[in-house]
Amino acid sequence: MFVPEMMVPALKELANAFEKYKDEEEFKKELNYLLKEFAGRPTPLYFTKNISNELGFRIYLKREDLLHSGAHKINNTLGQGLLAKRMNKKEIIAETGAGQHGVATAITGALLGMPVKVFMGEKDVERQKLNVYRMKLFGAEVVPVTSGSKTLKDAVNEALRYYLTNVETCYYLIGSVVGPHPYPKIVQHFQEIIGKETREQILKKEGKSPTAVVACVGGGSNSIGIFSAFIEDEVKLIGVEAGGNEEKHGKTLGEGSVGIFQGSKSYVLQTKDGQILEAHSISAGLDYPGVGPVHSYLKDSKRAAYGSITDSEALEALAYLSRKEGILPALESAHAVAYVMKNKEKFKKSDIVIICLSGRGDKDVAQLMGGGFLE
Amino acid sequence: MPFVVLGDPNYATSIRIIKKLIDNGASALELGFAFSDPIADGPVIQKANNRALANGITTKKDFEILEEIRRESKVPISIMLSYNLAYKYGLDAFYKKCSALKITAILFPDVPLEESKEAVKHAKKYSIHQVFLVSPTTTPKRMQQLNKVAEGYVYLVSLLGTTGARESINTKLPELIKLVKKEMTLPVYVGFGISTPAQAKNVIALGADGAISGSAFCKIIEENILSKENMVTKIANFCKEMSEAVKGA
Ligand SMILES: Cc1ncc(COP(=O)(O)O)c(C=O)c1O
Repeated sequence: MFVPEMMVPALKELANAFEKYKDEEEFKKELNYLLKEFAGRPTPLYFTKNISNELGFRIYLKREDLLHSGAHKINNTLGQGLLAKRMNKKEIIAETGAGQHGVATAITGALLGMPVKVFMGEKDVERQKLNVYRMKLFGAEVVPVTSGSKTLKDAVNEALRYYLTNVETCYYLIGSVVGPHPYPKIVQHFQEIIGKETREQILKKEGKSPTAVVACVGGGSNSIGIFSAFIEDEVKLIGVEAGGNEEKHGKTLGEGSVGIFQGSKSYVLQTKDGQILEAHSISAGLDYPGVGPVHSYLKDSKRAAYGSITDSEALEALAYLSRKEGILPALESAHAVAYVMKNKEKFKKSDIVIICLSGRGDKDVAQLMGGGFLE
Repeated sequence: MPFVVLGDPNYATSIRIIKKLIDNGASALELGFAFSDPIADGPVIQKANNRALANGITTKKDFEILEEIRRESKVPISIMLSYNLAYKYGLDAFYKKCSALKITAILFPDVPLEESKEAVKHAKKYSIHQVFLVSPTTTPKRMQQLNKVAEGYVYLVSLLGTTGARESINTKLPELIKLVKKEMTLPVYVGFGISTPAQAKNVIALGADGAISGSAFCKIIEENILSKENMVTKIANFCKEMSEAVKGA
């Protein structure tokens, strides 16, 4: 944990609480109940007939987009929300990029009767207006962040600063496998449900492991969530980062280097000197210069491979999946879909490819309309 | 002890500012290396970091400013920076360079005891004091552990929060100073939220060995950005006031 001294005791308290409750029957029962009855788990593993036919191999979508709130983020917020409650914290704070984690946290706060403050870069407040409004509907306070690049990394900075100040009463509910220890471990734990379900489902449907599992990587939570169940299997694990536009991108693993950023040591987009660079992606959820340390490990050990998809390729994939399958993916998830489309030559007819559809695209509609996407 | 960010507002003015601090009673200096994402800093010092970066400061230029200062002064200098900057420079090279510049102490605000092994090892190798933060959440037991590895002085964070001016000092500070004095053997310097001569004086009267004031100096730079002459003069006057307040305590 690379954090100021003020936070250390609180992070230790959190690590202890997590170890104590994660395997406790009562805690697991409560979480499983909420995941099932409130969030809508298990999510389907859907076989896409139309695009499978067209692309020439068997493609499944893990439908995290069907979860209450519209994305996988709620798996984690329910888990950590219960933890916050057990720890008797008075207030929950969160950072958000696309707004999906903010919405999931706001929902969780409403459900558990805890006040929620969400830090969000001013630029993201602008491009994710709908989610800002949704957070407010659920009773959360949205705090626009004006420092730095005014996106996700700055929202994390501001949340850390607030946490530093209110460390005794406040629970910082981080939205991805990033930040100081023990957060990467906690978030991964609560997202592993995606992989557990997927593995069971594919074995039942196909009687064998998939050829590849593909997921988009922002901080890396939906991807590690689905990868984790397949790490011991002979399955290609492919993470897809934001290729952005020609100039700027979010290819942290692809083009970053190891550094210490926001509490952990991992790949980060930075200058030679170690100044953190601004990322860019059309999808706010992938617009982040850092990545979870677990992905640095999977990259360095070559257990997972990481590619990237540009803004325009992601948009194309969003339109393609919508028209061919009647499923509107989040711009983030569209990166994973685009990767499979772009690399179709690498797969043969009998191959099974699972895409983690981490979220739905409803949140992106206003942005698409503003950009005149259909015209 | 005044704190400013190296290269704030720009290279040349920063050197002038630091020299003024030395000429106006600062018996030691704390100097920061600008970083894009300083998590322990409030808005004022964040802006100081940004000004320096916007005007082209780099780690190499930070060292050049320090060289310039060393040509004229032997004043004890502590440096404070986010760990990533030293990590990217290469820890060994970084400490070696600091040692050549006769830097007294190094503090990484984002390196707590748990992550400090490498830093401490290099600090020992190059005879530089590795300084640690102690805060209102630090337990007595932890203070004892810190006392075994920390050198130079203890940087006592007066309150829970980021750097920045506060109306008044934390009411629990007297107890906290007493506790640190009991559990640790090093001199205690109090920082975060000390921005007036009265507050600095008060902190010394409470038993601290020194007071560190950063945001107040950075604010003067911010507010006088259009006139470097005013900026330098006001910094000099404020430094003098602060130094006298501390001496008189
Ligand atoms: C739908 C969706 N997918 C993916 C992400 C990226 O996060 P992670 O890499 O942690 O899954 C986000 C983040 O906001 C998201 O909203």
